[in-house]
Amino acid sequence: MTLLQRLENSRNALGLLFLLPAAALLLFFLTYPLGLGIWLGFTDTKVGRAGVWVGLENYEYLFGDSVARLSLFNTVFYTAVASVVKFVLGLWLALLLNKHMPFKAFIRAIVLLPFIVPTALSAIAFWWIYDAQFSVISWTLMKMGLIDRYIDFLGDPWNARFSVIAANVWRGVPFVAICLLAGLQTISPSYYEAASLDGATPWQQFRFVTLPLLTPIIAVVMTFSVLFTFTDFQLIYVLTRGGPLNATHLMATLSFQRAIPGGSLGEGAALAVAMVPFLLAAILFSYFGLQRRAWQQGGKD
Amino acid sequence: MSHTDRRKFLTTTATVAAGAATGAIFAPAVHAQAWSNQPEKGARLRVLRWSRFVQGDIDQYMKNVAAFTAKTGIEVRVDNESWEDVRPKAAVAANTGAGPDIILSTHDDANLYPEKLVDVTDLCNYLGRKYGGWYPVCEAYLRPNGKNWIGVPFGCAGNTLVYRESHMKAAGFSTFPRDTDGFLKLMKALKEKGTPGGFALGNATGDGNVWTHWLLWSHGGQLVDKDNKVVINSPQTVKALEYARELYQTFVPGTLSWLDPNNNKAFLDDQCSVTANGISVYYAAKTSKDPKLQAMVADINHANMPIGPAGVPTELNLFFNQMIFKHSKYPKAAKEFIRFMMEEEQYGPWMQAAIGYVTQPLVAFEKNPIWTVDPKHTPYRDAMKIMRPIGYAGKMGYASAGAAADFIVVNMVAEAGSGARSPQEAAERAQKRAERYYKV
Repeated sequence: MTLLQRLENSRNALGLLFLLPAAALLLFFLTYPLGLGIWLGFTDTKVGRAGVWVGLENYEYLFGDSVARLSLFNTVFYTAVASVVKFVLGLWLALLLNKHMPFKAFIRAIVLLPFIVPTALSAIAFWWIYDAQFSVISWTLMKMGLIDRYIDFLGDPWNARFSVIAANVWRGVPFVAICLLAGLQTISPSYYEAASLDGATPWQQFRFVTLPLLTPIIAVVMTFSVLFTFTDFQLIYVLTRGGPLNATHLMATLSFQRAIPGGSLGEGAALAVAMVPFLLAAILFSYFGLQRRAWQQGGKD
Repeated sequence: MSHTDRRKFLTTTATVAAGAATGAIFAPAVHAQAWSNQPEKGARLRVLRWSRFVQGDIDQYMKNVAAFTAKTGIEVRVDNESWEDVRPKAAVAANTGAGPDIILSTHDDANLYPEKLVDVTDLCNYLGRKYGGWYPVCEAYLRPNGKNWIGVPFGCAGNTLVYRESHMKAAGFSTFPRDTDGFLKLMKALKEKGTPGGFALGNATGDGNVWTHWLLWSHGGQLVDKDNKVVINSPQTVKALEYARELYQTFVPGTLSWLDPNNNKAFLDDQCSVTANGISVYYAAKTSKDPKLQAMVADINHANMPIGPAGVPTELNLFFNQMIFKHSKYPKAAKEFIRFMMEEEQYGPWMQAAIGYVTQPLVAFEKNPIWTVDPKHTPYRDAMKIMRPIGYAGKMGYASAGAAADFIVVNMVAEAGSGARSPQEAAERAQKRAERYYKV
């Protein structure tokens, strides 16, 4: 047997061989940048100047920095509120879309629109909607006589936080809704028939049939949703650049501001790396959520 | 093109320049030094510059580039990037030793990697002698040791107060106040008349930094002293912030959210009577076909920023430099290119094409007709004469760049102005934040 034939007949060697292209891609485009980012976080590299190893200095520095701490709070708040709202609205929308109605396919396609539009574009639309002088919302409410002055959407710290969250929710709901809709459609109608024969109310059907069967999908969808929200950048950068008074600076936007315009690559990298534990937590959450699938199919955890 | 041709060109241009020097405009430049420089054979140049703010700028710039190529046979490729993106690209070019030969960048960029730049002292001396000298602020930016020039000044984007003449008159002022007290009174009167002014207080890289630095300096406050010691937590700063608190209460609502474009939009929509900006607001109105804006043109006027207790003008404008990198294979050709672009024959028409958006770094160019063809242009003429460098009064470098990029002064004025913090607290916080950048 030649070497080639032996290779062709060995499952393990062949498997490794087939894995190579994917592994190389991952190594070059994922592992290397990630590793470089982590490395940079431990150096005092500036844009345009190589740095030296400084250990945890960047992290100590960021911990003592009030703006960095504020950005952590902003990011957690932004992610928590936006994710919960996206989940509730998305699930609701999915349940509605799952009903029989005319032009079903068309309506489902329309719902995806906010997700399809490039973020930077929709952010510019929101920028006008929230503009201090030209806001269409303020204008309408003024004309209706409901308010006597324009709403300061992006000028007041808390208004600004909720405004950017609203824009993020608008963008994110379709993704959640469509994924959950796919999940809903995998649930066999026979469960509902059986439930209604047993006299279950619509709420009970939802609580004891829909929800448990949807849980694996929810876990995956919400993980992605949390990851996207936590690392959001474009929306904030276009709408506020982190203002007013840094009230909407997320870790991603502050990391960019420090690293590129500010020139402190090392510090920016450290700030970006500081996001990893949170993202890891979200992934672990999903992992344990997925574990429940086995349990649902009659197995044990 | 052969050697002799190039030499011939150099002598010709020198003669032309000498001829111009005898003209009325450049009368004092009698001892204009002859310039001799021999570009490398077969040189090609790559230039990276900030993309134009007004179309005329890039059109004329490219015409000048074409004229340079026609005369010298040196091909020049010009790339454009948004001015905020030039900084990281220039830094990477400096670090990796590859990239454009010449980069036109902003503010303190050259001070981040002076050892990577070609010494242009000969060129700056030549241009300075020929055209009445450089404004002092140019030396602050590009002659850090007082001897060697690390880049050639290119000018600045001037900022002034842009205001509505009729609104000012209606508020009871016949001329625009020259001091900060009078300015505050005007702002209060405008507010009472229902035609308030407004200044950007969001994280606006251009407009935010420009006017908040003026405010801080006008009251004698400064981020650092001559030795880069952070001194922003001072009684002068607190005074400036108390002034900011009063001023803010006269503003149009929503200025805390304003980024760079907001004040232009609000002003042109009749919602803001005074703001700080480049000449772009005026030109947007002037070139607009909208009859409403056409009617506004006559009513728009400009004034330099008022003088405060500091007693001297304290403006900040966006400074432009031209850097030649040591990695360039053709440093002499690069010098020749910059010289050519800075000569009156090229720079003069270019200034005119940029309709006053760019103010000259060389004193003799003050006489450029762009400043007098419309009296409303005139305040922009002095932008370089009266401005202070970023990071005043300290030395430039990573600390000054980082502090500006982190909006320390903008945030401080926004916090105290809006009342989110007391002036004292805001100054203390700025001190702490700045100290992190200026740590030894």
